[in-house]
Amino acid sequence: MRIGLFVPCYIDAFFPKVGIATLELLERFGHDVHYPRDQTCCGQPMANSGFNAECADTEALFVRNFSGFDCVVSPSGSCVHHVRDNFDAIEQTDEVKEVRSRTFELVEFLHDILKVDSFPWARFPHRVGLHNSCGTLRRLNHARPSELHEPFFSKPVDLLSKVDGIEFVRPARPDECCGFGGTFSVFEEVVSTKMGYDKVRDHALAGAEYIVSADSSCLMHQRGCAERIGVPLKFIHIAEILNGASA
Amino acid sequence: MTTTPERIDSAMLHPELRVECDPDAIIRDGHRLDHAEGTSKPLLPAPEPQPRGAKVRGNRPIDQQEAAARFIAATEHEKMHDERLWDLRQKRDRAMHGIPEWEELRSLASAIKEHTLTHLDEYLGQFEANARSNGIHVHWARDAAEHNKIVHGILRDHGATSLIKSKSMLTEECGFRHYMASVGIEVIETDLGERIQQLDNEDPSHVVVPAVHKLRTDVAEVFSHTIGTDPGNTDVHYLAEAQREATRPLILKADAGMTGANFVVAETGTFVVCTNEGNADLSANVPKLHIASIGIEKIIPRLEHLAVLVRLLSRSALGSPMTQYTSHFRGPRAGGEMHVVLVDNGRLGLDEFWTSLKCIRCGACMNTCPVYRRSGGLSYGATYSGPIGLIIDPTFNARKYSNLPFASSLNGSCTNVCPVKINIHEQIYAWRRVLVKQHEVPLAKKAAMKAAGALLSQPAAYRAAIAAADTALAHLPRFVIYNGLNAWGKHREVPHPPEQTFHSWYRANRGVKQ
Repeated sequence: MRIGLFVPCYIDAFFPKVGIATLELLERFGHDVHYPRDQTCCGQPMANSGFNAECADTEALFVRNFSGFDCVVSPSGSCVHHVRDNFDAIEQTDEVKEVRSRTFELVEFLHDILKVDSFPWARFPHRVGLHNSCGTLRRLNHARPSELHEPFFSKPVDLLSKVDGIEFVRPARPDECCGFGGTFSVFEEVVSTKMGYDKVRDHALAGAEYIVSADSSCLMHQRGCAERIGVPLKFIHIAEILNGASA
Repeated sequence: MTTTPERIDSAMLHPELRVECDPDAIIRDGHRLDHAEGTSKPLLPAPEPQPRGAKVRGNRPIDQQEAAARFIAATEHEKMHDERLWDLRQKRDRAMHGIPEWEELRSLASAIKEHTLTHLDEYLGQFEANARSNGIHVHWARDAAEHNKIVHGILRDHGATSLIKSKSMLTEECGFRHYMASVGIEVIETDLGERIQQLDNEDPSHVVVPAVHKLRTDVAEVFSHTIGTDPGNTDVHYLAEAQREATRPLILKADAGMTGANFVVAETGTFVVCTNEGNADLSANVPKLHIASIGIEKIIPRLEHLAVLVRLLSRSALGSPMTQYTSHFRGPRAGGEMHVVLVDNGRLGLDEFWTSLKCIRCGACMNTCPVYRRSGGLSYGATYSGPIGLIIDPTFNARKYSNLPFASSLNGSCTNVCPVKINIHEQIYAWRRVLVKQHEVPLAKKAAMKAAGALLSQPAAYRAAIAAADTALAHLPRFVIYNGLNAWGKHREVPHPPEQTFHSWYRANRGVKQ
């Protein structure tokens, strides 16, 4: 499969390892992965703040970069949610619709499209708390949210369970928002950080060594909160574990 | 002769004086101290003062964040509030799991409400005709002012000077208590939480539990200077009983009673009030005159639809199968009079946000909202707080409540708990777009977003801005978020800059591939 790799702006700048793990992981499964050099962002920061018109040029650039691939894959739930569900500042041509519908978040791509059944290279002998970001949980349907009376399922747990040695802990409020929320994290920074403190404490009390998530943005926020209040947790993106990171 | 405690034979003491019978006894070496040191109780630290709500300055935008920050700084209040409401959310989950057809019920409830709201004229007309034939006087009020005038008129006609009422969010919308005070009519709230709020001259902070942001020490403080309780006694039973004793005589001598309604049934011309304290029944039945103020969106076609909605209401609100009282009002009792005031107050002008009218005011979205739980309801400075408030309040006043739709992480939990399936978080997102279009956002934010949009659409300029990771740390948050690193770094650490960006790694390691 010819895959366009979308590495969102903050992953490019702050978490290059997550981009590398995603690239290598997709290559391990024999796919032809391309990273269009002119990519920047999906437009979410502006859209999330209500400035939809200001997204138009960024969205147009995204489509120019990612048109023509069999699939576009990104290790960021909230960016994929934006592309798939809210990316409407530009005219919805067939090309635009095509790119939007072929854009996948990494976990759903591995789980639903590639239907991966093993990660023989992966071993992670640690206690992890899974953080389902709200974007992946309630928009991309990674798992059954606790509010709904539906049968339990969890795509990230399905994938991580195939990793040797991993152990899950269960925090008291497993799918409470961590408080990142995109621009919310700065417009409402006091509430945002309080939510972050509570989140990392909840995971630490449950006995987690690591918080693992499909969203680096949530992890960036939680790590910042944990470091500030001295909660000894480590943070890792799911792509890194699935690609065989050992710590 | 001095008697040391050791000399006293406990068998000689009256049982009431024995240490084990006195929880306040100060014990040293297993013996009670009965001299001055012993009888004076230790000084307790002063209770944490209650954080007050948002500062309201006329039409200026409410600064929800400022008030939320003060609430969070009051750590005992914030902790109690968060845990109390999370407890309700968990009870709601438990109740939900007891109903296998829960999701089907939600879909049904949503469909009933949508159908009714799109045939509002028809069902309201039906209700009016049936209510009139039941002997109910029906009035129509376009807005808050009209509502207040109509109610005042009814009271004046009956020479009423005091009114007991049950909790009603609609009357909060209408500023009803203030209006009644201005025309010299005494209003007594009969819901305990609402009465606390009235005595404290504060708005309700939650649609179901109006005083949930208060600690019992706050209530003791309010009662001590309003109904004369002991300021040092914070026992909840004592406080509740004192309030009951103080309010009951007022209820018995009131000239008129007022309730709201949870549901209005078109086919029967009746309305239904759900409470847990029975206070609506007192308000409606003790005086001879009963006035019900009801928002027009409360209408449902038939009694069978009530069965669906009632199963969802209290389970969603408190996790209980039903409210303690579900009272149907069919008409005036012998010798009495019953009036219904149907109020629009902006409900028909909701345009793209009209489905928020499906709301049955259960408060589940507030209980689950991580922002609300940590901010307190009064931080919103509006009649409706929490997620549903973010989409209702700006319809009343887009400028004043222009900050509210931004007081959300858009996590979507509200939408999932909503018993009538209002897509709350999507409407919050949509409101942000509307407010930007209506220029109800700060200019600095606008300038920053324009700059971000320009930079992110030009790869060369973007690459130059984050050429090295260190530069990225300096520039990235600045263009992504207008107020820069201060807001990020005030209460959390900034991310650690890596040695190189993914982009440079890719160029170095996969340079040939384009």
